[in-house]
Amino acid sequence: MKILIVDDFSTMRRIIKNLLRDLGFTNTEEADDGTTALPMLQSGKYDFLITDWNMPGMQGIDLLKAVRSDAKLAGLPVLMVTAESKRDQIVEAAQAGVNGYVVKPFTAGTLEEKINKIFERVAA
Amino acid sequence: MAESSARSSARLQLARALVSYLEAGNENDAGDVIAELSGFGDSQLFQEIGRLTRELHDSINSFVADAKLADIAQHEMPDAAERLRYVITTTEQAANTTLSAVEESLPLADTLRSDARHLADQWERFKSRQLSVDDFRELSGELSSFLAVTQTNSEALHDKLSEVLMAQGYQDLTGQVICKVITLVNDVEGKLVELVRLSGNRARSSEGNVMEGPDDSPQGPVVPGVDKGDVVSGQDDVDDLLSSLGF
Repeated sequence: MKILIVDDFSTMRRIIKNLLRDLGFTNTEEADDGTTALPMLQSGKYDFLITDWNMPGMQGIDLLKAVRSDAKLAGLPVLMVTAESKRDQIVEAAQAGVNGYVVKPFTAGTLEEKINKIFERVAA
Repeated sequence: MAESSARSSARLQLARALVSYLEAGNENDAGDVIAELSGFGDSQLFQEIGRLTRELHDSINSFVADAKLADIAQHEMPDAAERLRYVITTTEQAANTTLSAVEESLPLADTLRSDARHLADQWERFKSRQLSVDDFRELSGELSSFLAVTQTNSEALHDKLSEVLMAQGYQDLTGQVICKVITLVNDVEGKLVELVRLSGNRARSSEGNVMEGPDDSPQGPVVPGVDKGDVVSGQDDVDDLLSSLGF
C-alpha cells in the first residue's frame, strides 16, 4: 500500500505520515501541491491519495479533477483533509468524485475511520 | 497650438501698442494695456488650476468609489483582528495540549526508569546467587507487576505522544490564517501608495478600480466571529452532508 500525502504545510504532512505509520501504513511519500503531486501519481504506482485543498500552485480540488480525468488514475481512492468547510465546497468535492472528506482540525480517530471506510468500499 | 500662436501674436500686438503709448506719453492707455497683458497670465493660471482641480476631483472620486477600499475599512480590517485573535487562541491551545501531555508523560517515564533500575539490581544479585528463596519469590512478584505496569504505561505514553503529534496541526491552521492577513496588509499598502500619489498631485486613474467578482478562492480555517454563512460546524456536519449526497 503506497500512499501520497499532499499538503503545502510540511508539519501537516508529518502529522498525517505519523498517523498512517501508527495505522500500519509505512510506505508514504509527500508532495507540497497539485503541480508536484500529479507527475508523481502518473509515474509512480500509488494506491491512495490524501490531499489538502488550499495550496499555492495547483489546488487539491483541481488535483482531484485531474486524477479523475486521467484514464490511468481515475480509480485512485482520494481522501481530502482540509480546513475548507463551506457546504458548497464539500458538495463540489463530492461531485468531483472524492472518496472521503475530513475537516481540520481532526482527530486520529476520524482519520482512521475515514481511511478504513474507503478501503472497505474499495475492497467491496 | 493654433490657440497659443494666436495668443502670442495678440500679446505681441499689445506690446507694440504699449511701446507706442509710452513713447507718446499716453499713460492712461498704457496702463490699460499693461492690465490686459497681465490678464493673459491670470486666465492661463486659472485654466491650469481648473484642470488640476478637475483631475484631482476625478481621482479622489474614483478612489472613494473603489469598492475594495470600503470593504477593507468596514470588514477586512476588523476581520483581520479577529483572525489574529484566532491565531493566539489556537497556538495557546496547542501549547497547553502539548505541555499537559508532556507533564503527564514524564512521571510515566520516571516510573519505568526507577522500576527497571530496582529490578536490574535484584537481577544482578540473583545471578550472583545472593538471593534467598524468599527474596526470589518477592523478585518474581515484582517482575510480574513490572511487566503489567510497563504495558499500561507504554500504551499511555503512546497516547500522550499522539496528542502532541495532533496538536501540531495548529501550524497549518494558523499559517493559512496569517497568509490571509498578509494579503490584506499588502492590499492596504497598495491603497496607501495610491493615496500618497493622489495627494502628491500626480494623480493617475486608479488601476485597482476593477470590481472584483464573488470570492470563490479557498477560505482556510473557519475563524469564529469572521466566517459566517454556509459553513459546516465540524466533522459530523460534513458526514451528514456527504451522506445526504449518497456517500
